[in-house]
Amino acid sequence: MSLATETPPMTRREWLLSDRPQSRLQARLGRAYMTWRRFSANRLAVVGLLILLALVLVAAFADYIAPHSPFIGNLAGARLLPPGSEGYLLGTDDQGRDILSRLIYGSRLTLMVVALVAIIAAPVGLIVGAVAGYAGGWIDAILMRVTDIFLAFPKLVLALAFVAALGPGIENAVIAIAITSWPPYARIARAETLTVRNSDYIAAVRLMGASPMRIVFRHVMPMCLSSLIVRVTLDMAGIILTAAGLGFLGLGAQPPLPEWGAMIASGRRFILDHWWVATMPGIAILIVSLGFNLLGDGLRDALDPRESGQ
Amino acid sequence: MSALLTVEDLRVCYPTRTGMVEAVRGVSFALGRERLGIVGESGSGKSQTGRAIMGLTPPQAQVTAKTLSFDGIDLLSAPPKLRRSLRGKRIAMILQDPKYSLNPVMSIGRQIVETLREHEDVSGAEARERALEMLAAVQIRDPKRVFGLYPHEVSGGMGQRAMIAMMLVAGPELLIADEPTSALDVTVQLEVLSILDKLVAERGMGLIFVSHDLRLVSSFCDRVLVMYAGRIVEELAASDLANAKHPYTQGLFNCMPVIGADRHPLPVLDRKPEWAL
Amino acid sequence: MSLSAIERGSGRRRARSRKIVATALQFLIVVATTYIGLLAVTFFIGRVIPIDPVLAVLGDRAPAHVVERTREAMGLNLPLYQQFFIYVRQALSGDFGVSVLTTNPVMTDIRRVFPATIELATLGTLIGALIGVPLGVLAAVKRGSIADQIVRVIGLVGYSVPIFWLALLALLVFYARLQWVAYPGRIDIVYEYTFTPITGFYLVDALWQRQWDVFRDAFRHIILPASLLGYFSLAYISRMTRSFMLNELQQEYIVAARAKGLSEARIIWGHALRNAAVPLVTVIALSYAGLLEGSVLTETVFAWPGLGLYITNSLQNADMNAVLGGTIIIGSVFIGINLLSDLLYRTLDPRTRAR
Repeated sequence: MSLATETPPMTRREWLLSDRPQSRLQARLGRAYMTWRRFSANRLAVVGLLILLALVLVAAFADYIAPHSPFIGNLAGARLLPPGSEGYLLGTDDQGRDILSRLIYGSRLTLMVVALVAIIAAPVGLIVGAVAGYAGGWIDAILMRVTDIFLAFPKLVLALAFVAALGPGIENAVIAIAITSWPPYARIARAETLTVRNSDYIAAVRLMGASPMRIVFRHVMPMCLSSLIVRVTLDMAGIILTAAGLGFLGLGAQPPLPEWGAMIASGRRFILDHWWVATMPGIAILIVSLGFNLLGDGLRDALDPRESGQ
Repeated sequence: MSALLTVEDLRVCYPTRTGMVEAVRGVSFALGRERLGIVGESGSGKSQTGRAIMGLTPPQAQVTAKTLSFDGIDLLSAPPKLRRSLRGKRIAMILQDPKYSLNPVMSIGRQIVETLREHEDVSGAEARERALEMLAAVQIRDPKRVFGLYPHEVSGGMGQRAMIAMMLVAGPELLIADEPTSALDVTVQLEVLSILDKLVAERGMGLIFVSHDLRLVSSFCDRVLVMYAGRIVEELAASDLANAKHPYTQGLFNCMPVIGADRHPLPVLDRKPEWAL
Repeated sequence: MSLSAIERGSGRRRARSRKIVATALQFLIVVATTYIGLLAVTFFIGRVIPIDPVLAVLGDRAPAHVVERTREAMGLNLPLYQQFFIYVRQALSGDFGVSVLTTNPVMTDIRRVFPATIELATLGTLIGALIGVPLGVLAAVKRGSIADQIVRVIGLVGYSVPIFWLALLALLVFYARLQWVAYPGRIDIVYEYTFTPITGFYLVDALWQRQWDVFRDAFRHIILPASLLGYFSLAYISRMTRSFMLNELQQEYIVAARAKGLSEARIIWGHALRNAAVPLVTVIALSYAGLLEGSVLTETVFAWPGLGLYITNSLQNADMNAVLGGTIIIGSVFIGINLLSDLLYRTLDPRTRAR
C-alpha cells in the first residue's frame, strides 16, 4: 500500500462485501452476509424465523412464562372455562388445566420431536446419499434401491404401524417418523454429490492422495448442506403435522403430557359446547408449521436465487 | 423504396436493483423492402431492438421511441390486439435455437398450421396443404413425414427450416431474423441462409438480420448497422465495410481472419470507453 | 421403398420392441423389489419387533391352545427367513390372517371398507385438480399480483394446518352450527338397510339405480370430507402448477408463440399448460396417493367407514393382523401409484417416448 494514496478504513459492511477477500474467514463471512441480506429482504421468511425463535424461547423459559401448572388442574372450580376467563387466557380443559400453560409446555415436546427427527434422519440421509453418489456402481444401485423403496412408503401409515408395534410413547413416535423421513435427504445428497463429483477440485484433492472417506466427508458433504438444510426445514412442517397426527390417534406422547395433537383428541368430545379445548392446540400447530414453511421457503430463495425467479 | 419500418430514437430500459438500465439507447433507422443487418456483440442491444419492434420485450421492459411505425401504423400507440394481429401475419420473427424455440410437445406440422389458422380463416385440410407447401418451400424433402414429427426428432438445420416455415406461412412483409444461424453447424448455416435468401427475394420481404457475425451479415445484407452498448455507432453499405470509419467497426473488420494473411500478432479489439457514451 | 430401407425399417422396429421389453422388465423388477421391501418392513414390524408376536396378534386373553395353534400357523418355530417366505406367500395370495376384533379374515374386512376410502380420495383429488390447476395457472400468469399472493397463502395454509383439526372445525361449523351437511358415516341409517351398493361407491351406485334421495343423502355425507381432502389436494396441486407454469412461461417457445401472433389464452392453455401437463399428471397421481394416506386421520374424525378408520380402530384394539394388513394394502396402492406416475411421465413426454 503506497503512502501517497491512503484509503479510508473500510466499514464492516464494505469489508464483508469486498470482492477481494483477504482470508478464508472473510470470504465465508462475506458469503453468509450476502445470504442473510437476501433472506432478510423477504419479510415472510423473517416472520418464519421469528416464529421459530419464539418457539425456542417459549420452550426454554416455559417455567417462567406459564401462569399455571400444565399437569394439575382445578378440577373443582375451573373446568371448561371459556377463553378470557379470569386468569385463564385461553380457557381450561375438562380437568381444569390451563390451556395456555399446557400449550407452553407442549412446545417443548414439539421442539423435541422436530430436533430429534432432524438429528437422526438428516445425517443418515446425507451419508447414504453422499456415499451412493460418490461411490457409484453397484453400491449406488443398492443404496438407491433401498432409498427408493423407503420413499415409496406411505409415511404416516408406516409410522402408525411402527408405533403400534413398539408401543405408544413419544420416543417411539420419533423413531417411527425418523425412519420414514430420511429418504428425501439421501436423494438430495446424492444429486448434489453427482454434480460435485466430477469437478476439478475433487480431482485435485484425490491427486493429493486423499482417501475416498476423507473426500466424501470433508469435501463432498459440505456441498450438499445448503440444499439439505432447506429440505429439512421444509420437512419439519410436515413432521410436526405427522407427530400431531400420531398424538391425535393416541400414539404419541401419553397423558398427562401436554402434546398438542393429543390435546386436540381429548378436546374433541367437548367441541360442540366448548370449542376452545380442541381449537387452541390446533392454532398452535398451525402457527409453528407455518413458521417452518415460511422459513424453509425463505432459505430456499436466499440460498438459491435462481429458484425465486430473479 | 417506401419505408416499411421507421424507427426513431428507440429506447428500451429495464428496472434493476441498482436503477434503470438502458439496453437500447436511441436507435434510429428506416427500412424498406431491403435487407438490413444489425451487428453487435452480446449486450449491444441488437436482440432487444428486434424484440422491441415485435413487441416481445419482457413485461418489465419500458419501450419508448419518437417514432416506431410499420407501414404507417404507429406501433407504440396501437392497441395490443392490433399489434398481436400484425405479429405472424405482417411482421415475423425467427429465433435462434430451434431446440428451444419450437414447442416440444406439439408436432411440427401442427405448429405451422397454428400460425395459419390464427390469421386466416381456412379449413383444416387447406391449412394442412399450405403447411406442406411451406415445408417444401424450405426444401424439406419429405414434407408429409416431417409434418408429423416432433421437434426433438429432427436435426438442427431441419428444425430451423421448420421454424422459418412456421413464421413465413402467413406471408409476412417484414422478417426479423434474430441470430437465425448461430446455433447451427457451419455447413448447415449456409443451407439455411440460402433458403432464407430465396424466400425473402421471392416474396419481396424486408429483412432485419441480427447477428454477431460481421462477415455473415456483410455477405447477406445490403446495409449494415453496427451497434455497441445500445447505440448505433456506424451505418454503412455492406459492400463498403472496408472503408468503415468508426474504430469499433474497423476493429471488428480487422479481427476477421483472412486465409494467407499474417497471423502474428492476432488483432485484438481495443475498446475505448468513449464508444459507450 | 428400396429393399435396404425396408430392412432398415424392420431392424429399427426390432430394436424398438427390444427396448420396450427391456423397459417393461426393468419396471417389473422395480415393482417387485419395492413390494418385497414393503413386506419386509411390515414383517419386521409384525414379527421381529414385538416380544411375543402371537400375543400381538391374539391379544392377552386367548386360550392356550389357540395360542399354540397360532404359533404353529405363523411358523414361529422356524428360522426367520423361512418365516419371511411364508409371510410373503401369504401376503401375495391376500391372506393377512384373521382379525381379532371381527373374527373375519382381514382381507374380507378390507374388501368391505376399501371402496369407501377410494370414493373419498377420488372425489377429493377431483376437486383438488379441477380447482387447483386453474388457480395455479392464474397465480403463474399474474405473478406477483394480489391473486398470486392469495393463491400462495391458500397453498401455504394447506401445507401447515393439521388436517384432522381442520376437519373437526369444519364439522363444528358446517354440521353442528349450520347443518348443511350430514354426519357421521356415508349414508343415513335409514338407507343403510334398504340400499344395495354394487360397486361400493355409493354416489355411483345411487345414480346407477336412480335412487335420487339416496344420492342426495350420500352426497350430503361425502361433501364435507371430500372438500376437506380437496383443499389439501388443491394446496399441493396449485403450488406445483404455479411452479411448472412459471418454468414453462420463461421458455423460448413461448416467445415464438407470441411472435406467431397467438392469443394469450391460447399460449397459456395450449402451449404452456400443455407442456406443464406432463409433470402435472404425476403430481396429481401423487396427490391421490397422499389423500389415501391422510384418510387414516380424516376418516377417524368423520367416522367414515373406510380403510383408514379400520386401521385406527384395529390399532386401538391391538389387532396387529388388521393393522398390518391395512398397512400393506395402503402401502401397495401407494407404491403402485408412485410407480405408475413414473411410467405416466415417461409415456406422456414425447421427448422420452421415442428414446
